[in-house]
Amino acid sequence: MASIRHNVQPDALPDFRNLGVMARIVIGAHALLLGAVVYAEPAWPAMLERYMLSAALMEPVLLASLGVLYLASSGLARLAYWPGVAVVLAVAMCAAWAAHVYFHPAVGGFAAGGVARTLAFAAIVAIVLLGYLRLAHRAYSPALAEARLQVLQARIRPHFLFNSLNAVLSLMRRDPQRAERALEDLADLFRVLMSEGRRFVRLADEIELLERYAAIEQLRLGDRMRISWELDGAPSDALLPPMVLQPLLENAVYHGVEPATHPSDILVRIERRGDRVRARIENPYHEVASTHRGNRMALENIRERLRLFFDAEARLESKIEAGRYRVEIEIPYRNAGAASPAARGTAA
Amino acid sequence: MSELRVFIADDEAPARDRLRELLEDIAADLPTRVVGEARNGIEVVESLPGSGAQVLLLDIAMPGMGGLEAARHLARLPGAPAVVFVTAHDDHAIEAFDLNALDYLLKPVRATRLAMALRKASAAGAPAPERLERAASRGREYFSVGERNRITLVPVSEVVYLKAELKYVTIGTRAGEHLLEEPLVTLERELGERFVRIHRNCLVSRAAIRGFERSGGTDEEPRWTIVLDGIAARLPVSRRQWPALKDLLTERAP
Repeated sequence: MASIRHNVQPDALPDFRNLGVMARIVIGAHALLLGAVVYAEPAWPAMLERYMLSAALMEPVLLASLGVLYLASSGLARLAYWPGVAVVLAVAMCAAWAAHVYFHPAVGGFAAGGVARTLAFAAIVAIVLLGYLRLAHRAYSPALAEARLQVLQARIRPHFLFNSLNAVLSLMRRDPQRAERALEDLADLFRVLMSEGRRFVRLADEIELLERYAAIEQLRLGDRMRISWELDGAPSDALLPPMVLQPLLENAVYHGVEPATHPSDILVRIERRGDRVRARIENPYHEVASTHRGNRMALENIRERLRLFFDAEARLESKIEAGRYRVEIEIPYRNAGAASPAARGTAA
Repeated sequence: MSELRVFIADDEAPARDRLRELLEDIAADLPTRVVGEARNGIEVVESLPGSGAQVLLLDIAMPGMGGLEAARHLARLPGAPAVVFVTAHDDHAIEAFDLNALDYLLKPVRATRLAMALRKASAAGAPAPERLERAASRGREYFSVGERNRITLVPVSEVVYLKAELKYVTIGTRAGEHLLEEPLVTLERELGERFVRIHRNCLVSRAAIRGFERSGGTDEEPRWTIVLDGIAARLPVSRRQWPALKDLLTERAP
């Protein structure tokens, strides 16, 4: 699961203007100092005294570092993660060096052992705290991954919605029953589209959705569109992310049927091959420059969702062959009975 | 008075049905008669002239030829109809229409809006070709040659050369020549991706260039002609265009 998060959310430095971040840095640094003192001084009264002295030396370093980082935080945010870490480290060590030089004669104690020891301690504290804040940041990123998943999902062409509504309106008077069915299909389609889309769905449900979508398009396009369904080998209990196949069929209609003045054939074939499920959608290819970008975006969108759900185990390929455009998806076969889906289905 | 003659063009049968229904609904207020229907731009261009249509309800996204290009071809016709574009969703087109003061309706269309648009359009008359040209997001796919009451379409992909002659531009295909009434410079601006200038008065299709032949001149200043696919005649290349053309050929076949 870590790798999924990693794909979604790059590492970033903490926001040094955030009060919570500052509090955690101060408390964390003191906890580390306390640990060091406990380890170094076996006698309790001496330990307390030494902690006070050391804290008096560390406090200015902490406050100076935080002050500098606060002021520099907008500049830091523009840096990549690792250069940013180097800068933070340099700031902490500079402050430690200055404190050592100015306060050493006054407080003595913990600073014994020379400037190298002070710098080493400052560096260790800075590295440990940065590491902690990085982990904390990652722990929050699933929420971001989820938001992103929703954005990826909520893409249906407005063109489709308005044309479909228009087609339904035209049926209202002549064939009210067919108009009702079409609205029901449209409702089902949008229900799935507007769901959170975090869980796997059964292939049988996804196929039903495909058929509802196809029924709406058939209404609009009539005999201009012919779809052959080859679903005999489709394992209905296989699990897949929702709305992976529908956008591919929508693409096939949009790029393969709508630009043609003559009837066009679409092929939908879904089958199981061993422990893999393979879905293929084919449509006639028309070379229209302006539509390529939209298609590529839709494919990238699906590819990214497959990656969020299956990591590297899924495959999506498209090619043009003999005047036909073909897109193929292959995912691992997992069925509804297996134990893992519930855990993996949340995708982050 | 008499009915308004309306022509409907949309590639989706339900959309055409819907418009006809709406026209019936508003008949008491604004009597209309549907004089023709078409399923794509090419059909509109072929069947609208001679139908006597006064207003064309024109879908933008249609296969073969879209609404905007069809409107451009029709606009040059004597007695061209007023045009009301109809679209389900096309942000780009709508922006361009607003900019160029072209009428449009959004699908699903409301009866009241339809009546308003028809009135406004029939009063304003045919849109100016320049406004349609500016609203187009890409170059045309066809040249149109007007012949009295009909329009002949010549696919841009079949045209091998465009040659300016006095008032006209001659467009040459492998099958023959046609006359266009447009200046060569505007054609070059619109179709510069597909055609390249070889002479002050001539553009040729980039895809049709097969090579060049020496036609005389001295060794220091040779004269060249261009060899075009499917055309027996050799067209002269001007000295000024020669360097760019030479590079074009070497780029294509390294």
